[in-house]
Amino acid sequence: MIWTNAIIQGLLTGGLYALLACGLSLIFGVMRIVNLSHGDFSILAAYGVVALAMHTNLILAIVLVLPVMAFLGYFLQRGILNRSLSKGALAPLLITFAFSIIIQNLLLQIFSSDNRSVQSGRFASMSFKITKNLQIGALPLLTFIVGVLLTLGLHYFLTYSRVGRALRASSDDPGAADLVGINNKHIYGIATAIGLFAAGIGGVLFGMRTQFAPSFGPIALIFAFESVIIGGLGSLWGTLIGGIVLGIGQSIGAQIQPSYGVLAGHLVFIAILIFRPQGLMPKQKGK
Amino acid sequence: MEISYVVSRGTRLNKVLPFIFAALLLALVALPKVLAIPYQVKFVQAFILIILATMWNLLAGFGGLVSIGQQAFIGIGAYSLVYISDIQGINPFVALALAAVLCGVFALPLSFLVFRLSGGYFAIGTWVIAEIIKLFVVQVKTLGGGSGISLGAFSGMGRETRIAAIYWSALVAIFLTLLSTILLMRSKLGLALTAIRDDETAAGVLGVNVLRNRRSVFVMVSMGFGLAGGLIAMSNLRVQPDDIFSVNYSAIMIFMVVIGGLGTIEGPIFGAIIYYFLQDRLKDYGTWYLIILGLLGIAIVSLAPEGLWGWISRNRFSLFATKYRISQMSKERGA
Repeated sequence: MIWTNAIIQGLLTGGLYALLACGLSLIFGVMRIVNLSHGDFSILAAYGVVALAMHTNLILAIVLVLPVMAFLGYFLQRGILNRSLSKGALAPLLITFAFSIIIQNLLLQIFSSDNRSVQSGRFASMSFKITKNLQIGALPLLTFIVGVLLTLGLHYFLTYSRVGRALRASSDDPGAADLVGINNKHIYGIATAIGLFAAGIGGVLFGMRTQFAPSFGPIALIFAFESVIIGGLGSLWGTLIGGIVLGIGQSIGAQIQPSYGVLAGHLVFIAILIFRPQGLMPKQKGK
Repeated sequence: MEISYVVSRGTRLNKVLPFIFAALLLALVALPKVLAIPYQVKFVQAFILIILATMWNLLAGFGGLVSIGQQAFIGIGAYSLVYISDIQGINPFVALALAAVLCGVFALPLSFLVFRLSGGYFAIGTWVIAEIIKLFVVQVKTLGGGSGISLGAFSGMGRETRIAAIYWSALVAIFLTLLSTILLMRSKLGLALTAIRDDETAAGVLGVNVLRNRRSVFVMVSMGFGLAGGLIAMSNLRVQPDDIFSVNYSAIMIFMVVIGGLGTIEGPIFGAIIYYFLQDRLKDYGTWYLIILGLLGIAIVSLAPEGLWGWISRNRFSLFATKYRISQMSKERGA
């Protein structure tokens, strides 16, 4: 029963990792940029909600912060990152790493290094009783559902919408996309906007579940990255599966000994790198 | 007038410079005799920064491997030094060399793991490795666990002798890393690395074994990082896991290399010196100092990606004759 519980909790946590990861995966898929500041943007959104929730209610704070994240993504992409794309693979990496340093230290300057959390009141402790020993928290369940819904939404958006098709076109062949009238720079801006919007959702839910500090960005990035690699590059569903596998790995590790949780997740990641480097659900050829 | 072309390693400047370098080296060797201790400590810090920048540049600028996890080897080097000298009772200066070798030994199998990732994912992959190694070290009681371990090997030595000894070790370390970097870049491996940096696919087609060359450079720089880590342990007399495995080392290294000029030997040295003075000036500003470094880094990458050295030299001359250059020469002038 303990193990079933650990697996279910891990599964639900996996939804959170998928949320943190899907933006990272999308930004890489479209522009081949690995956004080293992805986790910091998640934490930034969580702080934004904490700051706004002091003056208004939580829902309104979230509704206000997420579009700001998207705008921030669009303008950073068009203002700074697009210029760096022509300067080789190194430049965008260095720039996003600089973003990471800047965000962390700005947050440290404004909010200090004290732990904070996004207060969701009674909701945080609500849970559903399945059997006598098995309870599912409402918040982890919500996180998981949001994770699945966002993956589903992104899937349909990329497959069927006009902008989604343009995104895939820019990803496959920017030159040809340009010829048929797609403005790659604008499309790249949209990709980063969606990416940071998703990072923001992940960050806010992360902040509702655990306490966080400005230095938590890198660990959020690492969990997101491990989800992407475990799931397989270039596949949104793979990222969701990767997040779930990582979540289950961590919660089984933590069940053995509380301090082993994160380490067990890393070991799952290493095992995948050794035995199945293409990930669990790699993007199929021709798709 | 007939025009012929001459291929040479350097310019006339490079015939004079070795003598200047030799004089500089002699002066640096004699320095502890005339310089007060606090200044010797500053030199050691600057030497460590130059080693770190040179090694990171060798990896990213020449090897094309952008890593943000090289603090793994700084940490392994530092802990190895403490372990070998204090717990095994071996002379700390011998331990420093052994620590570097040990880092190479660790780097080889790890390279098989992280080389499965490429580009940006390689960068984060190395970072995860550094985190994992830290998590393991924290579990080891002999190494002090989460609170770290002090270096006791120098406890019988007077402060003056100790600092001078550390200074000379750092001088030997920086001399060896710079010399081997220059020799490496003049060798076949250096040529292969330059080719890989410029165009990975083309280099592969020409018969350069991309993976093996990259692995060699990864192992070599890891030894350099280990050396730096050992020196950091020697000068701080204490190693703490959260400090020595901090990703801030990567941030600093990237900053130094980018500001000085990626892919040149001179750039990182100048970048390290600039960084040294910047941090000296800005360290009172706390977090703002890192924010300024970040903004400066973005500005340089966006506006002057060739860095300071690239801007000064404009590829017309170099301090270390490693590149082949072609020059025109008319018949009348002979040669």
